[in-house]
Amino acid sequence: MSFEPFLLTPIPDHDKIDVYLKHGGYTALVKALKEMSPEKITEEVISSGLRGRGGAGFPAGRKWSFLPKDSGKPIYLCVNADESEPGTCKDRELMLRHPHLVIEGTIITAFAIKCNHAFIYIRGEFAEEARQLHRAIATAEAKGYLGKNILGSGFDLKISIYRGGGAYICGEETALMTSLEGGKGYPRLKPPFPAISGLYGCPTIINNVETLCNVPHIVNRGANWFKSIGTERSTGSKIFSVSGHVNKPGNYELPMGTPLRELLFEHAGGIRNGRNLKAVIPGGSSVPILTADKIDVNMDFESLAEAGSMLGSAAVIVMDESTCIVHAAMVISRFYRHESCGQCTPCRQGTTWMYRILHRLEHGKGTMEDIDLLLDICDSVEGNTICPLGDASVPAVRTSIKQFRDEYEYHVINKKCLVQLGKRFE
Amino acid sequence: MEKTVKKSLTKESIERLQALEYEYPYKQSVVLSVLHVIYDQFGYLDKAAIEEAAENMHIPKVYFEEAASFYTMFPLKPRGKYLIQVCQNICCTLMGAEELVDYIKEKLGIEVGETTEDKVFSLVVVECLGACAGAPMMQINDIYYEYLTRAKVDEILAKLRNSQ
Repeated sequence: MSFEPFLLTPIPDHDKIDVYLKHGGYTALVKALKEMSPEKITEEVISSGLRGRGGAGFPAGRKWSFLPKDSGKPIYLCVNADESEPGTCKDRELMLRHPHLVIEGTIITAFAIKCNHAFIYIRGEFAEEARQLHRAIATAEAKGYLGKNILGSGFDLKISIYRGGGAYICGEETALMTSLEGGKGYPRLKPPFPAISGLYGCPTIINNVETLCNVPHIVNRGANWFKSIGTERSTGSKIFSVSGHVNKPGNYELPMGTPLRELLFEHAGGIRNGRNLKAVIPGGSSVPILTADKIDVNMDFESLAEAGSMLGSAAVIVMDESTCIVHAAMVISRFYRHESCGQCTPCRQGTTWMYRILHRLEHGKGTMEDIDLLLDICDSVEGNTICPLGDASVPAVRTSIKQFRDEYEYHVINKKCLVQLGKRFE
Repeated sequence: MEKTVKKSLTKESIERLQALEYEYPYKQSVVLSVLHVIYDQFGYLDKAAIEEAAENMHIPKVYFEEAASFYTMFPLKPRGKYLIQVCQNICCTLMGAEELVDYIKEKLGIEVGETTEDKVFSLVVVECLGACAGAPMMQINDIYYEYLTRAKVDEILAKLRNSQ
């Protein structure tokens, strides 16, 4: 049986509440409130095996179960819509085209974790996406799905939309909370974990948009249905954002474990301009690069880890043979240099130096020692910072050197790129 | 001392600030939202407006200044009517973002970071805007423009210029 997407459904005008209702919208909420207890929903989500779709892949239901019982403090839910990992553009499509699914997932999750005030932290640049969510909230409130005493259940929920200010770091869960509290987006040390002491020092759950969009479907169709999709340990579907040198870039919702080759050549239409594939970054710019001969791998958490990379946010960045790997690594490192919050020295200094050294290598001013110096900086940054941004800046640089060292050496010897960049902008 | 005409917050902006008052359990959480209100009205973070908002909200202005220095999406100085932000991240670069920037520079006769003489367009480059499958792309004020080509850029800029 072929797979039918249930998150990115092709239903036109699915952002309108009437259309959403016509296609089964908010029935999961009715079921959750009338037939299920918060504990039962959490159990169902644990049993479904749903793992976080933001990058870390932590089991969502288990995260919820870490909340203390009766701490006497309010419990908060933060929906992480600060989508900024280079390559990733899936949450944006969910919010634009399926905002009610995001809202319904948020309401059910809030009910499951006994939260009465949820926050959607959306990146500041997503203005239209924020407007979509505002419209969805207003119409859901008007129909009684949100607000006080939802559907007569006694459950109250307020959802606040909080727009960020263009800082990648705020997608990191502790930085997201410090930002929401009104400060600079500086990450905090864990422990304490947010479930114990999070937003305003209260127990807090932070889930990615796509993660929450799965919840209404799990409630409606059950954990067993969800587990029947994907692999044993990576259950359900996944939205793969495919970008770069393919004929049909876009978001593709497919079962977890879909072969990367199938994703690239069947769904995304193969490599552009009849060129050959050079490399793929399979999980956003923070994960190790796979060379073209390594693409016979399945797109799930375990298979990609085994292949030496990571599923991350499942953003697949495709580079054809006209890509200079030193140039690509330089561009990626520029991102981390710009986005480092500056709190930890290894990250602040390391990302800056990585970019500067890559810049001089790319521009024919580097030396052979620079190549090893880069690897040395990678070792000094990794594992030595409060949050994972430092770690995230390392894999692209390190694996580009390990896999394409000849190209780096060519830059040093010949003071130019090994490959001729093709015409890209038509 | 130099005398300048002090622009103040509009009625609409003040209403938006008032609406924020009870949005969050703790008052300081409004800081970034207030910056959005000021940015929406002025197109940049006007200093006098920050002071006015801080007074209005009874929050020390240093909180706003601190946030303004950290969050990079808000320009700190006046820009042209249309702020063109070209994404230069890896996915957009693979699809020609550098050539896109060169093309806009040539078309408008300005460098990155500059504003056209008529104050209509400003050009900056930014990191990932989260529209990677639509590369190369740019954001003008709060609208995203994706799958850009030379012809599309011509069309978009002409339309904005003609709407003057």
